[in-house]
Amino acid sequence: MIEALDVLLTTAFWIAAIRIATPLIYGVIGELVCERAGVLNLGIEGIMTAGAMAGWMTVYFGGSLWAGVAVAALTGGGFGLIHALITVVLGRSQHVTGIGITLLATSGSYFTYRMVLPDVSSPPRIEPFPPLGWDWLQKIPFLGPVIAGQTALTVLAFVLAVLVAWVLWRTPAGLAVRAVGDNPAAADAQGIDPIRVRIAAVVAGSAIMAVGGAFLTMSAFNAFFFEMIAGRGWIAIALVVFGSWMPGKAVLGAILFGAFDAFQVRLQQSVGGAIPHQVFLMLPYLLSIAALVVMSRRASVPKALMVAYVKGQR
Amino acid sequence: MIRLEPRASVPPLVAAAVPVGAGVAALALAAVPLMLAGVDVGRAFALMAGGALGSTFAVTETLTRATPLVFTGLAAAVAFRARLWNIGGEGQLYAGALAAVAVGAGAVTLPPLLMVPLVVVAGMLAGALLMVVPTIMRTRFGVDEVVTTLLSNFVVVLFVSMMLDGPLKDPMGGGWPQSAPILAEAELPRLVAQTRLHAGLVMALAAALLVYGLDRFTVWGFEARAVGLNPAAARFAGLRVNATFLRVGALSGALAGLAGVSEVIGLKGYLTTDLSPGFGYTGIVVAMLAMLNPLGVVASAVFLAAVFVGADSMGRALGVSTYIASLIVALSLVSMLVGQMFLTWRVRLGRGAAAAGGRP
Repeated sequence: MIEALDVLLTTAFWIAAIRIATPLIYGVIGELVCERAGVLNLGIEGIMTAGAMAGWMTVYFGGSLWAGVAVAALTGGGFGLIHALITVVLGRSQHVTGIGITLLATSGSYFTYRMVLPDVSSPPRIEPFPPLGWDWLQKIPFLGPVIAGQTALTVLAFVLAVLVAWVLWRTPAGLAVRAVGDNPAAADAQGIDPIRVRIAAVVAGSAIMAVGGAFLTMSAFNAFFFEMIAGRGWIAIALVVFGSWMPGKAVLGAILFGAFDAFQVRLQQSVGGAIPHQVFLMLPYLLSIAALVVMSRRASVPKALMVAYVKGQR
Repeated sequence: MIRLEPRASVPPLVAAAVPVGAGVAALALAAVPLMLAGVDVGRAFALMAGGALGSTFAVTETLTRATPLVFTGLAAAVAFRARLWNIGGEGQLYAGALAAVAVGAGAVTLPPLLMVPLVVVAGMLAGALLMVVPTIMRTRFGVDEVVTTLLSNFVVVLFVSMMLDGPLKDPMGGGWPQSAPILAEAELPRLVAQTRLHAGLVMALAAALLVYGLDRFTVWGFEARAVGLNPAAARFAGLRVNATFLRVGALSGALAGLAGVSEVIGLKGYLTTDLSPGFGYTGIVVAMLAMLNPLGVVASAVFLAAVFVGADSMGRALGVSTYIASLIVALSLVSMLVGQMFLTWRVRLGRGAAAAGGRP
């Protein structure tokens, strides 16, 4: 056990932990933007799948890596727009619509992949984002090599997290987003159009989530696999609750989660075959459920989350 | 000039037209990906219709596919009616199937008249238990059941995989992770010789009728609907809201569990981790297309089953990915959500309708 804990002090461990956390950071930040505006986005799982597929395919057909990221974000924004039109404009159930978006984006991605690449047996590969590896960075003790081992997309995730936190709490646009998530009628009285703000927030949030999917196919791996998102979207939703809808806490939750996941992989290797491998694979999902139970009571939910806004109606 | 007015009530014709329209719209929208795939769209739809309904065998295949969808559709409809968001149908299906093989693959031997009910009850209990836990977590701790049920799907499938690698692995299975076959006493009879159609369909239809009766004619059904409409008002009126949620959750989980039982003892005969190609998730679409009506569930389950069976045979003939079926299912749900607009709003043409509350 002591040996297992020693692992926590190695740079290799933290490089892995941050890498595992990165798609979740995109996921929690994107979901948080939607939920802060009052819209639960259960489309996240499918939107991440679509981002993973669209980004990868752009690069596979000769686009640059950053073009792939842009296409992934646009694809995510497109599905976000459908979600927003149905939940915000038409006022339909956010739960059911989100599941519908996930089914649509997932099946659409799988169909497109199979249509474009009908007879590939092993998934074709691309050249993914390389680790930063900057020499000057390597010289900083511990933290330096951990950061240098990441790719540009991980750096972007952290930059986005700070940017989103700044926009939400330090700009009028952010105030508008939080206002329509807490009290859309009051925001409306202040001259903010809740419908427009909510649509914009859902589109922006969905674009961010989709880049989290693209990270998997363009940085963590180099190919697209079916079912590769494997519940990361649902875990991100749990982490938003865990982080009480605060960007900093949510990102911290994602990093803790990444560290736990990296640790269990190493534990699994050291334990060998004594415990069935499925037990380890279950842990992330069980941990997310546990995090929800612990935090749900203390969480400060945006007050108008999951409440459709109809002008002139209470 | 077009204006939308809120409806006081929904005429039955409109209520029936919306889901039918959603299905038609989904098929029409599916023409776009089919065109992109470079196939003759007319021929593709003709092949789909033929593959799903063109012969007695095709019809039995469609009904075989509809059987688990009726169960999972009922599971979603029952829960959604009370605004309990059970998205864990997939996991509950596997829990039911696991219980079925745990009891029915040699652990107990009884005559068929006792064996089948025993296996059925075991599967229902397993499914119910799996949904009761998130329900209690919601009523006690305020944990959103959507996320817990979604996450539980992954846990259950991994648990099934662990069991099939371990205690429930078929010693004669040649190393494959599959359960031992269930005993002949636990098998459901075939309904039509030389087809795969089995008595699970009869169970599914009976379940739909029972749920309909429960919903319409009993206090339980009334309470579930009242809690779904407004939990605070229901509590104020003296309803035991938490107890109602628990009953609804247990019933919903049990119905999804039955889907797994019926697939194992009616169709497959043993359990693998690819028993269900997403029947639990498709059940949500089934329920929504049925507008949460238990009898409507039967109709929408048959429609979506026909889409799957038809797309399978069309895909084989034209070399189109069978993911087109999942795409049509998803498009049906999205079209239905948009189409519900016509249930809450009434579209008026012309100037004569400037009634109060109208929406320009």
